[in-house]
Amino acid sequence: MPVVMDADRMSRTLTRIAHEIVERNRGLDRLALVGVRTRGVPIAKRLAHQLQEITGQEVPTGALDITLYRDDLMHNPVGPQPLVRSTDIPFSIDNRVIVLVDDVLYTGRTVRAALDELIDFGRPKAIQLMVMVDRGHRELPIKADYVGKNLPTSRAESVAVHLVEIDGADDVIIEKTGQETPE
Amino acid sequence: MNAETTNNVAASAEAADVPSIPVNRLRTKDLLGIAELSAAEISLVLDTAVAMKEVSSRPIKKVPALRGKTVVNLFFEPSTRTRTSFEIAEKRLSADTLNIAASTSSVVKGETLADTVHNIEAMSPDLLVVRHSSSGACHFLARICRSGVINAGDGMHEHPTQALLDAFTIRERKGRLAGLKVAICGDLLHSRVLRSNVLLLVKMGAEVWLCGPPTLVPTGFGRTGVHITSSVDEAVEGADAIMMLRIQLERMLGGYFPSLREYFNVFGMTRERMSRAKPDVLIMHPGPMNRGVEIASDVADGPYSVILDQVANGVAVRMAILYLLAGGAEHEAAA
Repeated sequence: MPVVMDADRMSRTLTRIAHEIVERNRGLDRLALVGVRTRGVPIAKRLAHQLQEITGQEVPTGALDITLYRDDLMHNPVGPQPLVRSTDIPFSIDNRVIVLVDDVLYTGRTVRAALDELIDFGRPKAIQLMVMVDRGHRELPIKADYVGKNLPTSRAESVAVHLVEIDGADDVIIEKTGQETPE
Repeated sequence: MNAETTNNVAASAEAADVPSIPVNRLRTKDLLGIAELSAAEISLVLDTAVAMKEVSSRPIKKVPALRGKTVVNLFFEPSTRTRTSFEIAEKRLSADTLNIAASTSSVVKGETLADTVHNIEAMSPDLLVVRHSSSGACHFLARICRSGVINAGDGMHEHPTQALLDAFTIRERKGRLAGLKVAICGDLLHSRVLRSNVLLLVKMGAEVWLCGPPTLVPTGFGRTGVHITSSVDEAVEGADAIMMLRIQLERMLGGYFPSLREYFNVFGMTRERMSRAKPDVLIMHPGPMNRGVEIASDVADGPYSVILDQVANGVAVRMAILYLLAGGAEHEAAA
């Protein structure tokens, strides 16, 4: 299983993206981070910490569970429903720039669901997308604004982003599965 | 309660288990009772309901999870809370809903329950939510239906979603169910809510005390591991939660106790009786309440009352059930 990013590289990548966010938005006024569960949430928290290091400003952070917005929920006639966890956005998103944070961008369907859910919470000024890995194979017209690493893959491979908070270690691994991987 | 139901209650409670290995689905297409659920499945429903409750606090209280699914609410008995709660839950998940009451159905023309449901099934619903005055009606329908059947109360048998929302309310306030003392007082004989609650609380490791007039205590509960007493003071002593059950005058043919006033004097929940419980006791009631019969107004409306929380939590729990069943979970081979 080739390791395509180690802990050090992931840390430097997040620092770089934090600077990009500050530069692009000319500061952090009315900006908030929303992580897509599961691994988008700790990445968003780390980004918020980096942004505070750079600017001294605290950035509000929320968590989004997109399960109830998935477009494949009812296309699976047999089998368990995905587990639902809570969405937690403890601030108004109205007129804010929201940076949506996820670990891997693949078909774009997760991001589509996240956009639908976010918009049900209010009317943000803008939504930007940050991902740790963009592995390609988009099925929807969705493009990330901030990318940790572009990683060309085949559909028969899977990309796993591991984080200390959840997995006990930081790395990005690519592995062959032999079958098409769902998002 | 007939002997078979008593045996089922006892057998289910004897098979009590504590949540060990988490599950991510319900084993069958139906929710017929708490008796059929494992502790892990109960935990799954309660955990899913936590997320569903958050949906009800949003500016737009609607998610597209059940878009394209059709849910038929078949209520052959009067209901305000349960029917409304199910309907709101269905709409919050974007399901298409249809309400059929007995008085407006062809049942009044002599059509059998099976024929009524077969005709509804011909229109391809995904789930049927059924309330019926006959115990076992939902089990009968589950056997003859392709659609999932959710028991919204069948006679004197079970009312599983009420027990689940009660458990959710206790767990939300106390953080757990295991080890808590729960006193259930009132008309035990006619209560389907009681049967579901006893099964659930015993499965989840709570200590259950039942209290009511001896004429309103069904036989068979002794084997479930619950404590039975006719002393309210003994039942509520050190209780973490007190559930008052409605005196079901519509199911009584008389003679169970001398008068409603005497019932209240001996078994009604008053502030004085409540003081024997824990300082942070929860006062619960499945509704509708008979004020001044099973519960005093100042208790029902007091600071310890979570009666309206139960109603709010009912929507979240029913959303969780609908979501978990609408995915079409596989039947176990044994089913």
